[in-house]
Amino acid sequence: MRNALTIARREIGAALASPVAYVLFGAFAFLYGYFFADYLQSFVEAGMRMSQMGGFSGGTLNVNTDLLRWLMASTAILVLFLLPLLSMRTVSEEIRSGTMELLLTAPITDGQIVIGKFLAAFALYGGMLALTGLHVGVLFWFSQPEIAPLLAAYLGLLLLGAGLLALGLFFSSLTRNQIVAGLLTFGALLVLWLVEFAGARGGELGRLLAYLSVTGHMEGFARGVIATRDLVFYLSFAAFWLYLARESVRSRRWRG
Amino acid sequence: MPRNLGHRLLQVERVSKRYGRTLAVADLSFGVAKGEVLGFLGPNGAGKTTTMRVITGFMPPSEGRVLVGGLDIAEAPLEVRRRIGYLPENPPLYPEMEVAAFLDFAARLRGVPRGRVRAAVARAVERCALGQARDHIIGKLSRGYRQRVGLAQALVHEPELLVLDEPTAGLDPKQIHETRKLIRTLAGERTVVLSTHILPEVAVTCDRVVIIAGGRLRAEDTPERLVARSGAAGRGGGTWEIETAPPADAAEAALRAVPGVARVEAGSETAERTLVLQVEAAGDRAIATDIARALLAAGCPLYGLRRGGASLEDVFLALTTEETEGNGTGEVTGESGAPEEDA
Repeated sequence: MRNALTIARREIGAALASPVAYVLFGAFAFLYGYFFADYLQSFVEAGMRMSQMGGFSGGTLNVNTDLLRWLMASTAILVLFLLPLLSMRTVSEEIRSGTMELLLTAPITDGQIVIGKFLAAFALYGGMLALTGLHVGVLFWFSQPEIAPLLAAYLGLLLLGAGLLALGLFFSSLTRNQIVAGLLTFGALLVLWLVEFAGARGGELGRLLAYLSVTGHMEGFARGVIATRDLVFYLSFAAFWLYLARESVRSRRWRG
Repeated sequence: MPRNLGHRLLQVERVSKRYGRTLAVADLSFGVAKGEVLGFLGPNGAGKTTTMRVITGFMPPSEGRVLVGGLDIAEAPLEVRRRIGYLPENPPLYPEMEVAAFLDFAARLRGVPRGRVRAAVARAVERCALGQARDHIIGKLSRGYRQRVGLAQALVHEPELLVLDEPTAGLDPKQIHETRKLIRTLAGERTVVLSTHILPEVAVTCDRVVIIAGGRLRAEDTPERLVARSGAAGRGGGTWEIETAPPADAAEAALRAVPGVARVEAGSETAERTLVLQVEAAGDRAIATDIARALLAAGCPLYGLRRGGASLEDVFLALTTEETEGNGTGEVTGESGAPEEDA
């Protein structure tokens, strides 16, 4: 574990020394801020309409189910598009610059290299998500959202991110070119996102495709429901790609 | 140090390495005794880097095995790697890091205990004369400094075995001199394997030489004995370089008359009325006196007389060109008649 942390620490330092992390954080803050403002405005307008109608509609607005739920679901899509930028350099850059030779001749296992890289990317992702605390905090200022569903949603986002980063790490370990790694990751995620729509057509195959959708499993979390099948999906998804990443790093030794 | 296998820190046994269908290293065996500096010599593409990558555990051999301190690298990879410091051909550096931070990382990565990291970094910085660059960003350092940082990261955990792939490549003469000096100071306490295709480097820094070409072992011996052996192999006692003045005829005639001189070759005529002659002669160094006497007797001036420095080069060329002619015969190994070497 100490070895993995050594790698992770250097990795975070490197990411913060390059502009990519800041561009990413900035893009995320901007897009998330836009979503937030947009959803908030709709929410407020709906609330005003409702009070004008004097409760004839028979419903009430809830900040959790009518605002945060949609916001979190949209954040999941945002994360899907942005995380390849975070994972693409992890291993590719080491291969390109020759520092992979340093790591592969150090007294650490291939698994520790992969875990260290993963932890670093995950920590940066956590930092990125923390930016959203500002917006959500504003809601607490004016309203009383329930905290438990919100935490469930964040848990879902973290798990989703873990899965996406693991997949990105694997593609990064395939090539010395981080742009190629980023594009491969992006392509793979696009497919895993679109299967959700293919899955909507129903049938056995449709059910399978729907199950494979990386964002589909986020819906429960966004509603505040922590379901075992979603937990299992994300954890096994991350473990699967981390395993492949380790095998890919190992195979570098044979290829030279 | 008796030359038995037990005292060898590094033992390479019948190692082969294939990349697909290409055979990069074929059935290579050699050993390095503790405290020795071994020069690993060969033309480009001879399999030097591949061999070093196998020794350092970067890649497993296709066949054969490597023992470091008696441990098989395939069976105890982490333990073996802990004992090795490796400087690849391109120093593996993170350009965005500061020198001290990078060495700190390298020390931790190599398993230096937390409490000793700081001291280890300080020692490596001092040893490689990096004091002034300590807080500089690696990406902004000159080639020479970067090479030194590379050396420092290989040394930082005080490894028993140092593997250096072309440690002086791309350095200026002063830096080369400093690097060689550093390597010499390491000899004795550490065991060093260094690869190079620069011949004088071997003569200056190495106790023993392994010459490979086409992935095969061509020779293994001390630099001096390799030269001596190639001399005994039939090309005469050695070459001498003589500086005199033109005309060439007089000098050549005088030299040919010296008993033992086999061949006289007129060399270049330089601007300051200096003529350089190459003489091949049998016999020992006493012949230098005869050569000098003959020249002076013939009325030629003598500006310089020295033993040709190219002899190791001759050995190297002789051994490595055989391979390109396609026959694997004529291999010379130091195992045959060399019991006195380690006295």
